Formats: sequence, structure tokens, C-alpha cells
Amino acid sequence: MLALRHIKPGDYLILSGGIAFTLWISVAIWSGGIADTALIRSGGKVFKEVPLSRDQEIEVPGPLGTTVITIEKLRARISSDPSPRQYCVRQGWIQQAGEIAICLPNEVSVELTGGAKKYDSLNY
Amino acid sequence: MTASTIKLATTAEDHHIAKMAAVALGLTVLENAIPTPLPGVKPGLANIVTLIVLARYGWRAAAWVSLLRVVAGSLLFGNFLAPGFFLSLSGAVCSLAVLALSMHLPQRFFGAVTHSILAAFAHIAGQMAVVYLWLIPHAGIAYLIPIFATAALVFGTVNGIIAMQFMNTSPQPPLPPGEG
Repeated sequence: MLALRHIKPGDYLILSGGIAFTLWISVAIWSGGIADTALIRSGGKVFKEVPLSRDQEIEVPGPLGTTVITIEKLRARISSDPSPRQYCVRQGWIQQAGEIAICLPNEVSVELTGGAKKYDSLNY
Repeated sequence: MTASTIKLATTAEDHHIAKMAAVALGLTVLENAIPTPLPGVKPGLANIVTLIVLARYGWRAAAWVSLLRVVAGSLLFGNFLAPGFFLSLSGAVCSLAVLALSMHLPQRFFGAVTHSILAAFAHIAGQMAVVYLWLIPHAGIAYLIPIFATAALVFGTVNGIIAMQFMNTSPQPPLPPGEG
């Protein structure tokens, strides 16, 4: 039988500290900053920078056609895109700073920024 | 032609350290048979030996056992001087550095579990540093830190309890001659 009575008081202290540290670092790393701006790029250049606070639909022209970006309730998504595989549409809503939805064939991307940015740069 | 032999003078202490490193090595081999969900997340059973050696024979012996285990283990698995070896080495070195400090905590209040948890966190910190500075210099690996921290917490605690249990149930073997 495992006798836990030999665990000393300081051990519990360190264990509690370890649990607190693990919880803190998980929250700090996994919950990104609050996003307040959507940065829309087309062909590698910034097409438009819009605040997330106003619900709207934005049409972005690309080489294949028009990509439609919907902004609603501080979230953004690509609601329609002419790309064949529809990866960026199926990605759905993005809402944390640093998240990005990219439609490679149509060269359109929408990136959320605000608060602390998670990346210095993203290249694709 | 006469066969020439090279004989190294070894002390009883050397033999003792070699024996304990062999036990640690056995646990490392055993552990490698356990599948892990993510590379780097493993129980670190060999550290139980390090903890026991630290408590009974001091930091110097623990450092020898730990580093011998890393080097001999890498020879066994064929990754000596490969990235995996440097990950083990940096983890072991960081753990030993933290143990050198934590062993001076008052023994009345802090036992093997404390040392084990602190060493486990130091271990992942050392490994993440090598991963980030050398292997994958990308901020994205930060996303894995909570997973490694959780593993360190769980396995550190379990290993510490096992070491504590062992030391409480097995009498301390007599010190080999020539060792204080």
C-alpha cells in the first residue's frame, strides 16, 4: 500500500505551486489576446483594415474572382471564395488575435490583430 | 606478440556509481518501449534513480549517474550526438543545476517529491530552450509548453512519490568504502 504520509509539507507547497504555474502558463499561452481589427490582404498587399466592432461584409477581388469576408460579433470569417478546395471557408469563424484565414488560390487572407500579436510575421 | 591490457584503476565508488547508472539505463530502455502521444512526453523513470542517489550519496554521485545514463543511453539507442541526445543532455544538465539548489532546502519540510517536481520543470525548460534556439526557432512551439508543463507536473510528482516510497521501505545500503 502506498503510504502518502511521508510527503512533507513543503512537497505539497511545491506541488500546489507547480499546479498553479501549469494552469497559469496554459491560460497565458492558449488564450490569445482579444482581437479588435481585421487585416485583409489581397495579392500580398494590405487591401483594407477594418475594426471588428462593426458588422459588415467585405468583397475582396482576387485573380480567381471575389472573396467575401463577413465580420460579425467581433469575429470574422470568409463566407465565400472561388478557391477549388474551400479550405479558408471551411475554417469558419476566427476570433483571437493572431488567427488567420488564408485563401491561397485567390491570394486573399484575413488576419485578426489587436492586443499583443502572437507572431512578428507570417510568410506564405 | 604479447597481449597488452590497459587496466584503469577504479575505486569502489566508481563501481557503485556504475551500478546505479546501469539501473537507470535499464529504466530508460524500459521506458522507450512505452508509446507516447507526443515526442518528449515520457515518464522519465530513470530520474527516480537520480533522486535516490541524490538523497543518499549526494549531488556529485547523482550528476555522474544522470550524465552516464544520458551518454550510455544514447549509445544504446544510436542517437549519440544526434538532436535527441542534446535534448536529453540539456534536460539532465538543467535538472542537475536545479537539484544542486533545491537539495539545500530544509530537509524537514522538503522531500523527494519537491526535488522531483522542480527537476522535471527544469528538464522541460532545458529541452524547450534547445528546441527553440537550435531545432525549431519558431514561436509556434510555445503552444506545446502547457502540454510539457502538465507532463512534468504529473510525472515529476509520480516519480518523486516512487523515490520517496523506495527510500522509506528499503534500508540504506552501507556506503562503499572511500566515500563520505
